[in-house]
Amino acid sequence: MTATEYKAGSNLEKILSSGRFAVTGECGPPKGADVTIIEEKAKLLKGYVDAVNITDNQTAVVRVCSMASGYTAQQNGLEAIMQMTCRDRNRLAMQADILGAATLGLKNILCLTGDHMSFGNHPEARGVHDLDAINLIKMYKDMRDEKKFQCGEEMTVAPPLYIGCAENPFADPFELRALRLRKKIEAGADFIQTQCIFNVPKFKKWMEEVRALGLHKEIKILAGITPLKGVGGARYMQKFVPGIDVPQDIVDRMAACEKGAPSQAEGKKIAVEMIKEFTEIEGVAGVHIMAIEWEIAVPEIVEAAGLMPRPAVA
Amino acid sequence: MAGADVKPAAAEGGAAAPEAADEAPKKPVDPDFEPEIIVFACHYCAYAAADLAGSMRLQYPSNIRMIKLPCTGKLEVIHLLRAIEAGADGVYAAGCMEGECHYLKGNLWARKRVDHVKDLLTELGIEPERVEMYNMSSAMGARFAEVATEFTERMKQLGPSPVKRQGVSPHAAAREALGGVAMPDEAHPAAAATVEEGHAE
Amino acid sequence: MITAERKPFDEIVALVGDKKKVLVAGCDTCVAICLTGGEKEAEILASELRIKAQQEGREVEVEHTAAIRQCEWEYLDMIADTVEAADVVLSMACGIGIQSMAEKFAPKLVMPAVNTNMLGMPQEHAVWLERCVACGECRIGTTGGICPVVRCSKSLMNGPCGGSHDGLCEVTTPEKEDIECAWALIWERLKAQGREELMFMERPPKDWSKSSSGGPRKMVREEAKPV
Repeated sequence: MTATEYKAGSNLEKILSSGRFAVTGECGPPKGADVTIIEEKAKLLKGYVDAVNITDNQTAVVRVCSMASGYTAQQNGLEAIMQMTCRDRNRLAMQADILGAATLGLKNILCLTGDHMSFGNHPEARGVHDLDAINLIKMYKDMRDEKKFQCGEEMTVAPPLYIGCAENPFADPFELRALRLRKKIEAGADFIQTQCIFNVPKFKKWMEEVRALGLHKEIKILAGITPLKGVGGARYMQKFVPGIDVPQDIVDRMAACEKGAPSQAEGKKIAVEMIKEFTEIEGVAGVHIMAIEWEIAVPEIVEAAGLMPRPAVA
Repeated sequence: MAGADVKPAAAEGGAAAPEAADEAPKKPVDPDFEPEIIVFACHYCAYAAADLAGSMRLQYPSNIRMIKLPCTGKLEVIHLLRAIEAGADGVYAAGCMEGECHYLKGNLWARKRVDHVKDLLTELGIEPERVEMYNMSSAMGARFAEVATEFTERMKQLGPSPVKRQGVSPHAAAREALGGVAMPDEAHPAAAATVEEGHAE
Repeated sequence: MITAERKPFDEIVALVGDKKKVLVAGCDTCVAICLTGGEKEAEILASELRIKAQQEGREVEVEHTAAIRQCEWEYLDMIADTVEAADVVLSMACGIGIQSMAEKFAPKLVMPAVNTNMLGMPQEHAVWLERCVACGECRIGTTGGICPVVRCSKSLMNGPCGGSHDGLCEVTTPEKEDIECAWALIWERLKAQGREELMFMERPPKDWSKSSSGGPRKMVREEAKPV
């Protein structure tokens, strides 16, 4: 593809467009006006992932905003995938922010609904929800492709954006999940990252439905994983996090290990096994590794999964 | 005649001694304090049990003053509150055994309302134990006496209501609040005025 | 109907302050139906206030009354004398009725004795569920008669989100009551109606200017205004 055929020309877009298996990571910004944390995480992940998600008030807990942290990451040589949640901003702010992000050189944007306020540290806040994620995807697509604001007015310079969204193959109603993906594609999403997968057979079933609709050809799908550190984390996700399906055999494998290094090794091993399976599934264009507060595990996992070195696409 | 003495009923499990025997009381109990207690009793069971207690010559405190209702289900939150407002130290509803209410569920409604009044008393900073709901059948004369004794003793431990007023009769206020729902007093020792016995009015 | 819940008692006592003549004014429409502020409840609150005053050795006169509907000034005429005689009125009506009294009897002190909480539907006796937020742009014709603005915790127009599980909203926790996922309900309803395709139609952003976000609203029926 030539530069003019890219939507934004980000590293992530180029790699996915080339058909290479992409690797993305995730970083949570700090809970304070501190730029060093992101700098450190960027240095850790640089060269091992093609781009990194910078979360935006994840689980409704206030942290440095995604745009500023994303800019810091890019200044430190690691491409960012900025996140935008509908919970915190109205359509004015979301348009203004994306224009700001574009002027700072940020190109990848993940459009999310956002976890409900009640989960976070400011449960009394009023949730904005002026738009939902699908409205947001369409709004950004129209800004990029039609050069128009949501109100229809023309803007001076369109932001070059590579638009992503999330999808949860395991949420209910299950029968809807592949069809909902189509709605996101129709709205204008270019890539999706799934919620973390532990139940690979169920994920394969979802991919079957996705392929039956031909959706894998219209959008780049990155399968999400979260490497487990210990059996406690596995059990917690199994019981308390809605929409995450942790099969018992994974919990058992983790439970069989001693705490600490042996558990962590097993967790990484499971992650590597899953990534290798993902590379074999038709329609899976990459992996999204969410090693939250365990970014240090990512280089080893990417290496063991045989995904090094990361490609450099012109 | 029954009702004249303040002796505890000779019923099994009756409160024969003050509960203070096992632990130090929270505030000093005035041995001369005679609580004024209003009892809303249903015609079919509790009031009949009271009659039976009388004919069995069972002793129970004269502190209780009864008001007869066709059913405790007729009791409203405001009736209980008005009795408290008028200075009753304690108020209880006595109805049929659960499942045996003559009007099917009246006693269940009464219990809900009594529980609600407990919440209102709590928010007023008044002990919720001053209001209660009891169930008994018409054959349970001994139980009637036992309840009267237990509740009186409980009120003695709690002391006078923080809302006592001079010159206002809780019994009269409760009866007035009920209006036409209260049934006429029969010649019942606990229902009739016991001014002759020096009972505080 | 509009539902409300009585304020905590201590808050009500604080609103009355040191006023000597208190009138508790109930309303016999919505708040009476939701068992919060009708004449019965006004009488109970009045009794409680008198009990409180007696406990604290204060002299306070507390009366109670009720209007058929506090939001309509013609009905307020009927209780005007009682209102004028009071130092402070504790209104148990919904926010509309309280403000209506405050306006009609201004500058008389009118205090809220309740928190108006929702436009609710009685699901069964003594249980009310929020069903409408008066957004001014009703779209439930295409969502099977189920409102996503208020019944979806995130007011999604194109739901469900990824937190929907077992037909429940992600906001449901073991401690909280089950909250149904509105979009799961909408999907089931559309299926039952044979209109599944509506689930996949692209729903544009809402026009929030029609809701209270656009400023306080006014409605006029010109054809009905007196000549």
